[in-house]
Amino acid sequence: MAKPKVAFYWNASCGGCEETVIDLNEDILKVADAVDIVLWPVALDFKRKDIEALADGEIAVSFINGSIRLEEQENMVKLLTQKSGLVVAFGACAHIGGIPGLGNFWNRETIFERAYKGVPSVENPEGTLPQERTTVDGCDLTLSEFYDTVKTLNQTIDVDYYLPGCPPPPDLVMNAVNAILQGDLPEKGAVLAPAKALCDTCPRRDSKPEKISISEVKRPWEIKMDPETCFLVQGVICLGPATRSGCGETCIRANMPCRGCFGPVDGVADQGARALSAIASILGLEGEENMSEEETQKLVDQIVDPAGTFYRFGLPASLLRRKKM
Amino acid sequence: MKQITVDPITRLEGHGKIEIFLNDEGEVHQAYLQVPELRGFEKFSEGRPAEEMPRITTMICGVCPTAHHMAATKALDDLWKVEPTSTAKKIRRLMYNAFQAEDHLLHFFFLGGPDFIVGPTAPAAERNILGVVGKVGTEAAGKVIEARKRLRNVLRIIGGKPVMPTCGLPGGVSKAITEDERKTLIEAGEYAVDFCQFALKAFDDIVLNNKEYVDLITGNTFTHRTYYMGLVDENNKVDFYDGMIRVVDPNGKEFAKFKPQDYLDHVREHVEPWSYVKFCYLKDVGWNGFTDGENSGVYRVAPLARLNAADGMPTPLAQEYYNKMYETLGGKPVHHTLAYHWARLIEALSASEQVLDLARDPELTSDATINLPTATPKEGVGVVEAPRGTLFHHYQTDEKGILTNVNLIVATTNNAAPINMSIEKAARSLIHNGEVNDGLLNMVEMGFRAYDPCHACATHNLPGETPLEVTVRDSQGNEIRKLTRNLG
Amino acid sequence: MNQFEPKILGFCCNWCSYAGADLAGTSRMQQVPNVRIIRVMCSGRVDPTFIIKAFEAGADGVLIAGCHPGDCHYIGGNYKTIRRISLLHNMLEQLGIEKERLRLEWVSASEGAKFAGIVNNFTERLKELGASPVKAQ
Ligand code: SF4
Ligand code: SF4
Ligand code: SF4
Ligand code: FES
Repeated sequence: MAKPKVAFYWNASCGGCEETVIDLNEDILKVADAVDIVLWPVALDFKRKDIEALADGEIAVSFINGSIRLEEQENMVKLLTQKSGLVVAFGACAHIGGIPGLGNFWNRETIFERAYKGVPSVENPEGTLPQERTTVDGCDLTLSEFYDTVKTLNQTIDVDYYLPGCPPPPDLVMNAVNAILQGDLPEKGAVLAPAKALCDTCPRRDSKPEKISISEVKRPWEIKMDPETCFLVQGVICLGPATRSGCGETCIRANMPCRGCFGPVDGVADQGARALSAIASILGLEGEENMSEEETQKLVDQIVDPAGTFYRFGLPASLLRRKKM
Repeated sequence: MKQITVDPITRLEGHGKIEIFLNDEGEVHQAYLQVPELRGFEKFSEGRPAEEMPRITTMICGVCPTAHHMAATKALDDLWKVEPTSTAKKIRRLMYNAFQAEDHLLHFFFLGGPDFIVGPTAPAAERNILGVVGKVGTEAAGKVIEARKRLRNVLRIIGGKPVMPTCGLPGGVSKAITEDERKTLIEAGEYAVDFCQFALKAFDDIVLNNKEYVDLITGNTFTHRTYYMGLVDENNKVDFYDGMIRVVDPNGKEFAKFKPQDYLDHVREHVEPWSYVKFCYLKDVGWNGFTDGENSGVYRVAPLARLNAADGMPTPLAQEYYNKMYETLGGKPVHHTLAYHWARLIEALSASEQVLDLARDPELTSDATINLPTATPKEGVGVVEAPRGTLFHHYQTDEKGILTNVNLIVATTNNAAPINMSIEKAARSLIHNGEVNDGLLNMVEMGFRAYDPCHACATHNLPGETPLEVTVRDSQGNEIRKLTRNLG
Repeated sequence: MNQFEPKILGFCCNWCSYAGADLAGTSRMQQVPNVRIIRVMCSGRVDPTFIIKAFEAGADGVLIAGCHPGDCHYIGGNYKTIRRISLLHNMLEQLGIEKERLRLEWVSASEGAKFAGIVNNFTERLKELGASPVKAQ
């Protein structure tokens, strides 16, 4: 029987998702044995026309990482969907936008202004900016269009499954690959990770009382963080209550609070709103009836960058998608 | 005018594309390496709390996240004017050296290695990691994997996860090391030191004993006379983690030596309309286009540049190999781009020696992991030597530590102009009278792989192959000739 | 040109404000017709997601009305609401949605006139602000 054809592709990605595939170590050979990799730009040669030549649906599954920022990326993933039976959004960037999604606090113009004119090390008296088309000495050079707004993969094409994480941990990747090979897949649209919230699997959950009250928000450098106590109990904002589990609590084990790269738990439409709600309910819970308006405001203001914190990884996937400007 | 497109479809913050234009005589008119990718970190970091930068800028690059993590963490020390505890500095240094060694080894064996170990003239289909395994034996290949696994485990122990570490804070690190963990770190260090010596020995046997290879390294095609930049310690020895930035001129004379905080007095970036990447140059020399020599502000960074810019290595074993390299290649500085591979192995050894030294220090397990900042933040600069060169992070904040201005000069930006020059030179030596030599792909690849730029997809180029496609077109855009590199 | 008529979505808690709003309606107080009201059991049940969803769906303003502090039927529901809304204010502002487009008010069952006044005033203010920036995009 012919081996199923598999493609890997990347968009506005950092390469970390590729690195995680390499981190499968020995398992990568098992994967390579079981499937026929038709596209993997970091590792194998490919040409767009080779993909075009395939029949529709001929690729069994495409794993696509990175968010969508350039026209060229959009074109390529559209071609891939047409040729693929299944599409898996691989990693936080493809799933919910990822860190590059913070770009949605700005737009193309402000980003260009800063990078090419604003930074103090740039010397650009003519105000040159990269152009989609330029002619230098009669040579025509082109660059792909840079979009105003970063998009997730499912805002661009139809996605069947999601592998969360920045990057997804190797064990979840292996589980997903096995599930696909055995045809043992959940309902379309599922996130291939546990459904529980991170707090439910966190090694610190026993230190988390039924009722937490934060009387003062602490930034991670303001206290020496205790390596065993729940961060929220220490006053440090942790997104565990609003984030899906499955990462192995890697940040927590390195004694740093969660920033939400796994995205929301099932059924939550907006990760940031959920996180905001969870945090707001425990802020100054004790003695709430005696807090004046100013006191409340002061406490709330201690969360210095709510949008950038609650939507650290998921702004493009949020209901509003971007800053309105 | 003819146009040749080399579309490697690989990454420097994404993909890279090479365009070569010929004049009417069929000689190379101009070559461009275009980088059609930008994500805007400098802008979207604004408004974020500064302490989040070690966990935001890691996502600039999943290949060298630890470099960004560390440059950001050091910028935070400077921003809050807080000195990390002695233990914290040791933990950070250890982590950083483990990363440097791991990244260099992987690059050498998976990417640059195939050019030499398998041979620059070997068929393309063999010039990959599998070819390397064939040449050095499966046992040795197993060691490469084992060394990488152990060093990455060091990163996991200290930073949480090897891709996207999280431990850096102003004044220290988030987590202490246990005695059990320290044992694992020592073992990793021992393994890496042994392995790097083995690798250098293999380099000796396979490359240096082969006159053809040595001629290739020292040949004109891969040589550029440029300035060099790198961090040095108080004895002017190579330092990956900290120190002063030193620049030497094309004759090897010290041209500048400055604190990271003064980088704006020395470094400038130039913008071209045909690429999203910027091009660094020395402010005091000025931008004179893509040219080498004393009058061009173009400088180079990364392994060979660091060795050229320093007076030696900080560790004894690496120092021996350093001496040998300069003796063999005729003294300092060495301008041969392909010698980057050699320098890379010497650095990997030095980094491994430092991992071992630091791991053996019992102070590593002290609980004094952080000094909490008390000053009001305003401005901070953090510089480290990333595997691919000097990396600058520069932050300004309001009095709460919310970022107002961010400047990042990433390693490959420093090398962006020289990489272009190397590509152009390779093209010029191989394209005449409109005839495109089949060796073009080889040479272009070898040229830019030596730098280990991110867009050569560095460490994760599994078969060690950069996919390339060269199309030769006449002025009407008709295809005359097409060269492709397939893995079959 | 048509005068801009802002659309307001109101969430009123069942125990006080909804009755207040109702009173405003039945006693025919002068109240502009710009608000559409959704009844909730307690202001503390208004998930921030609903509010964001309302803006996403094109609301120019969102009004949350609950019992006066101390009077919440579920004891502390409205204290939580206070903190949520002020945190949400900070967050929406960062996303380009002006604070003034989201209002939290206390209305008891007998304050029909107060409710009508709030709606009128809110509508006026939103007219000055113009259409929601979410719609513009
Ligand atoms: S999800 Fe994380 S690791 Fe993957 S591409 Fe995005 S930033 Fe990189
Ligand atoms: S809030 Fe964070 S530290 Fe606390 S239990 Fe949840 S995930 Fe763990
Ligand atoms: S702890 Fe949170 S931020 Fe860290 S890996 Fe897990 S989900 Fe991602
Ligand atoms: S019941 Fe009215 S606010 Fe809680």
